[in-house]
Amino acid sequence: MLIPHPLLGPRDAEEFTYLGDATLLDRPDGAAAGAAEAFATYLYDRDNPAGEHRELWFHEHGDQSWLVVTRNTVTHEILTVDLARDVARSARGPGS
Amino acid sequence: MGRFSGFRLFKEGLTGNRGWSPHWRDAEPRSDYDIVIVGGGGHGLATAYHLAETYGARRVALLEKGWIGGGNVGRNTTIVRANYLLPSNQRFYDLSLRLWERMEQDLNYNVMMSQRGVLNLCHSDGQRDAFIRRGNAIRLSGADAVFVTPQEMKKDWPFFDYENARFPIKGGLLQPRGGTARHDAVAWGYARAASDRGVDIIQNCDVTGFDIQRGRVRAVETTRGRIAANKVGVAVAGNTSRVMEMAGLRMPIESHVLQAFVSEGLKPILPGVVTFGVGHFYVSQSDKGGLVYGGDLDGYNSYAQRGNLPMVEHVAAAGVSLMPMIARARMLRSWGGIMDMTMDGSPIIDRTPVDGLYLNGGWCYGGFKAIPGSGLVFAHLLATDAPHPVATGLRLDRFRRGHMIDEGGRGPVPNLQ
Repeated sequence: MLIPHPLLGPRDAEEFTYLGDATLLDRPDGAAAGAAEAFATYLYDRDNPAGEHRELWFHEHGDQSWLVVTRNTVTHEILTVDLARDVARSARGPGS
Repeated sequence: MGRFSGFRLFKEGLTGNRGWSPHWRDAEPRSDYDIVIVGGGGHGLATAYHLAETYGARRVALLEKGWIGGGNVGRNTTIVRANYLLPSNQRFYDLSLRLWERMEQDLNYNVMMSQRGVLNLCHSDGQRDAFIRRGNAIRLSGADAVFVTPQEMKKDWPFFDYENARFPIKGGLLQPRGGTARHDAVAWGYARAASDRGVDIIQNCDVTGFDIQRGRVRAVETTRGRIAANKVGVAVAGNTSRVMEMAGLRMPIESHVLQAFVSEGLKPILPGVVTFGVGHFYVSQSDKGGLVYGGDLDGYNSYAQRGNLPMVEHVAAAGVSLMPMIARARMLRSWGGIMDMTMDGSPIIDRTPVDGLYLNGGWCYGGFKAIPGSGLVFAHLLATDAPHPVATGLRLDRFRRGHMIDEGGRGPVPNLQ
């Protein structure tokens, strides 16, 4: 499997380690009401779809960047790849 | 269809084998049942059998989207063992192993159960201490475990690379009662026994949804029509998340692909099952002579039933490191199965937040050996609405309650379990 890295071009998936569902970027607020329940959901529950899946890959044997890869879990086709940094920044909105 | 026996085999042999009949009825779905089981793999079939045989249930249907024996029950490395550390797992697998030992008599079916022993190799002093501790826990549970030194091991396994520079063999934990069984025959044997006891086995029947009214399941929608049921048991490991999503439930599960491999047929060389500490390599030799082996998950979410080449290379390298003599054996086939990987590497057999809907899943690597125990325990839950005494730890909500059964101590990272 080749992962088209946004900065480095196509890289062998063996250079990466896999963390899982990209919803792990959206960490709950530990100080908010109901934080324990929100963290349990965040840590343990997954959509686990058959089809398009947004997931986190770490370029361990490369430039040490985290990527958000959108990949089809039925065909292993990779649809889009973004730097997780950019995804997190755009989620936080302008000025962050 | 009659019992199988040596006498019958002899008689059929003399009369042109005209007396054999199909092993189970290919039933048409009726409009309603007391209990519907979704998933005709080993676990679903064993559950159906125990519902009818042990708990006296009538009006039971089993729905299989494909054909019996076509899913993970036909895609594994056929290893049977009960060698876990933690009590919540071990008491369940100990029961399962005891059921394996009488399966052929219970089912009147030759599943080629072979207790040739399962040997786990250790490669450091720390690992040896951990193995001895685990062996003690196994013996306390009632199952068997023996620590074997390299000198003792050399009698049966002379061909290991004992002095491997990175992974020298310091000993092994042997479970003599472990072994292998013919996986297809397990599915066929349970299907035959369940069908004999009145269970409707309905193939090519894909579940497309659940009819849930006021928090209680009333029926399953299928490609062969609506089937009403008082209780529905889901045993579809690999696809648990997809099926439970139809009931509006999110699972603590990721689906991953695990590859397995078979070499060309060889003369008998491996006396039992052996596991190597490099990349979770495990191997046995089938009665046909092929080496059956596997390793780790590919490591990313997948429903593809096929893996990628790096893991093929990795597993083959581990095998050759352990047994340099197999370097020239050719790999004949490889395939992938889809595993329910849970957040602690242990299974789930429990009620769900939907009344009347029960879950059996999350089997990770351990599905095949669990089949008879899982069938009995899940049937108990479906029949009595209470967990079986050996399965009280295998709860769906254990993660958020902090009662994980994490054998490896790895935390909620499914691809490392």
